[in-house]
Amino acid sequence: MSVLSLRNLGKHFGGLQVLQDVSFEVPGGSIFGLIGPNGAGKTTVFNLVTGLLQPSAGAIVFQGRDLAGTPPHLITRRGIARTFQNIRIFPDMTLQENVMVGMHHLLDYGPLALLAGSRACRDAERGARARARELLSWVKLEHKEQLSADSLSYGDQRKLEFARALATEPKLLLLDEPVAGMNPAEKSQLMDEIRNIRDRGYGVFLIEHDMRFVMGLCDRIAVLNFGRIIAEGEPAEIRSHPDVIEAYLGRDDEAAPAIAP
Amino acid sequence: MEWFSDFWSTYNSLIFTVGINALLALSIWLTLACGLLSLANAAFMGIGAYTAALLTLVLGWPFPAVLAAGAAAPVIVALIIGVPTLRLSGVYLAMATLAFTEMTRVIIINLEITGGPEGLNGIPQSTQWWHIALACGVVAYCLVRLRRSRVGRAFEASREDEVAARLMGIDVDRHKLFAFALGAMIAGLAGALNAHYTFFISPGEYGFENAVDILTMAVLGGISTLIGPVLGSTIITLLPELLRFLQGYRLAVNGAILVLVVLFLPTGLWDPRRMRAWFGRGARRAP
Amino acid sequence: MIEQQLVNALTLGSVYALFALGFTLVFGILAVINLSHGAVFMVGSYAALAMVTHFEAPLWAGLLAAMLVAGLIGLGVDVLILKPLRARNAPHLIPMIATIGVTIILTNAAQGLFGAEVQRFPDDVLPPWEFVIGDVHLRGLEIGIVTISFLLMAALFSVLRFTQLGRALRAIGESPKAAALLGINVEGLFHLTSFTAAALGGAAGVLIGLDFNAITPFMGQPVLHKGIAVIILGGMGDIRGALIGGLFLGFAEVLSKAYISSQMGDAVAFGLLFVVLLVRPTGLFGRVPVRKT
Repeated sequence: MSVLSLRNLGKHFGGLQVLQDVSFEVPGGSIFGLIGPNGAGKTTVFNLVTGLLQPSAGAIVFQGRDLAGTPPHLITRRGIARTFQNIRIFPDMTLQENVMVGMHHLLDYGPLALLAGSRACRDAERGARARARELLSWVKLEHKEQLSADSLSYGDQRKLEFARALATEPKLLLLDEPVAGMNPAEKSQLMDEIRNIRDRGYGVFLIEHDMRFVMGLCDRIAVLNFGRIIAEGEPAEIRSHPDVIEAYLGRDDEAAPAIAP
Repeated sequence: MEWFSDFWSTYNSLIFTVGINALLALSIWLTLACGLLSLANAAFMGIGAYTAALLTLVLGWPFPAVLAAGAAAPVIVALIIGVPTLRLSGVYLAMATLAFTEMTRVIIINLEITGGPEGLNGIPQSTQWWHIALACGVVAYCLVRLRRSRVGRAFEASREDEVAARLMGIDVDRHKLFAFALGAMIAGLAGALNAHYTFFISPGEYGFENAVDILTMAVLGGISTLIGPVLGSTIITLLPELLRFLQGYRLAVNGAILVLVVLFLPTGLWDPRRMRAWFGRGARRAP
Repeated sequence: MIEQQLVNALTLGSVYALFALGFTLVFGILAVINLSHGAVFMVGSYAALAMVTHFEAPLWAGLLAAMLVAGLIGLGVDVLILKPLRARNAPHLIPMIATIGVTIILTNAAQGLFGAEVQRFPDDVLPPWEFVIGDVHLRGLEIGIVTISFLLMAALFSVLRFTQLGRALRAIGESPKAAALLGINVEGLFHLTSFTAAALGGAAGVLIGLDFNAITPFMGQPVLHKGIAVIILGGMGDIRGALIGGLFLGFAEVLSKAYISSQMGDAVAFGLLFVVLLVRPTGLFGRVPVRKT
């Protein structure tokens, strides 16, 4: 059963057609990868799904509901969370606070309750802090909980962003180049973590350039080139798909089959 | 205790002013905490002051009711102009709120009922020191609690990265409006209290210069904590007194201090991170 | 009588435009709202006054001195204050507040040096010519003011439009980093812009000082407010906007004072301003505020 469905999605900016007739289904509870050469339009797909951009054509359906015109914060509340290609953590807040921001829409006390210092409010906050600690422990950052986010290394900031996205209790987690800039050990750690996430029931939809990572992790992959989907299927199919090879490496028979496992 | 009553009779107006300015600085802290560069709070103070003063002078309402009305009136205005105005950002928001402030001042000057350019005189001095202390205490308490809650985190997130905040499920627009309106309420309350202390108000007290003064108090003190605006307002209020010995040039020294603080202490006087770094309790850095 | 009012309006409007031009130049190129522009305006006025009374120089020398002194102050502010703030990438708020500090210092210093009373240019330095055309009383002074304002503005327009320097400045206005990569001396041009803008402000000060024949240390403040109104109306950072906005404001002010009431003029101006900002936040001519660094 698919949780996210892109149907004939198109996007243009002025005269520039960035996406055209993009259709695929992201199944729930699995890891789905979107790959393609630089500039193919992958991040634009994410921006459309999260509501930062509006489609020029086609539809995006999440859990049976059309997302058209829905503002980003409501899309998040419906269950789509996201990380960014160039990390967007909140630099002046601590790790704990960063993750707790993700829980914003789950804590449902209002200003009056918190001014009165009501029991419900205090319990909710305490629960949130505990949950934040738990999520940080999933990415092995709980010992740095009180540090300021901008003091983290690049790799740690990526992990923080990941934990923060999980804090929103998404049904589908969009990861935009999650391992860029990481060393092999960190990548392997993240791969395990993403598998754990999937096993816990979250859906994962990721964009990545690292082929080993993508091929090793994803259950299904779609390939985007010049704004169009040129292939979709399981890793083995994609790896040997001639259009995909051509897109990445150009037309050169000597170089086939070049997408290494 | 004679020392105290002498002290009080000399300095009570200064202390009152410190209290009022602290309220104003806190009101603008709220908007700055959300990333809004709003210069409208002087106008909101004026609306609160005039509403309260007129209700007392013309309708003879009791003081608590007048204070409540003085706090509520600016909120209504803030909600009306906030929706279109808060769509702007940065410098454009500053300019729009500035235009609003000047427009309000000019409207006040031109209405009969507000006494025109001469203002309103003879407002009963109902404000006692404990009114101001109470107001400051309640406002400070509310803001502290707000800050440590999901609302405070939402403000901070909106200030640091609005797009990321939205993607965390935060309704940024609604939060901005809330900060704007709440700031208006606090400024209006300050205005109402002030009017019933100084017994005379005029449109010139609620214009561009005053908006800038309020902003300066907050920025000088630092906006990373609530202590900053209070500290900033205290210093700016007391500085002319402390520099009295400089007589004619004390304003120039005021200006110079402003420039120096902006240049050398960009996060304001009270910045916990910088203080931790300087006084070496180990800054919050990764090992 | 309307012709007379139109003459007054044109005179006032052209000086407002000149003042706003300096202000908008700094905003467009340095991306800073320089709130000390009103103060250099005032300083220009006093500098000319001092030249004319103390050194008994002719009026044109006073004007040049005003522009020089004001320009140097503008340059000083840029080098000492705005440059370190640029290096730190400070948010918009900060230079605004710093320039307020400068205004306070300059205003207070002027008060100390010259006193707070209204001063006037001595009668013998004012051009004596007068023309009467129909119902209209044209003073040589007014002709001079309008001419000088437009000459200065035309000079600025030509430089910006037709010279290499102007192209470099416009490039910086779009993107300082890109301009630097093209080999443009961005810092140097920032200094030049600050100097020029302040010089124009100083010139405006002299002209207004002559027009109203009243010079006080506080004359800069109301004009600064109007300057802000002009650039919001006309579009921040846009030169044509400053010109049209300035003229418009001069006309609105003079005509409302004459035909509506003397104070409603201001309310109309600011009300209009507010509406424009809501409908078109970038002003009538402004560009979309996408400032790439």
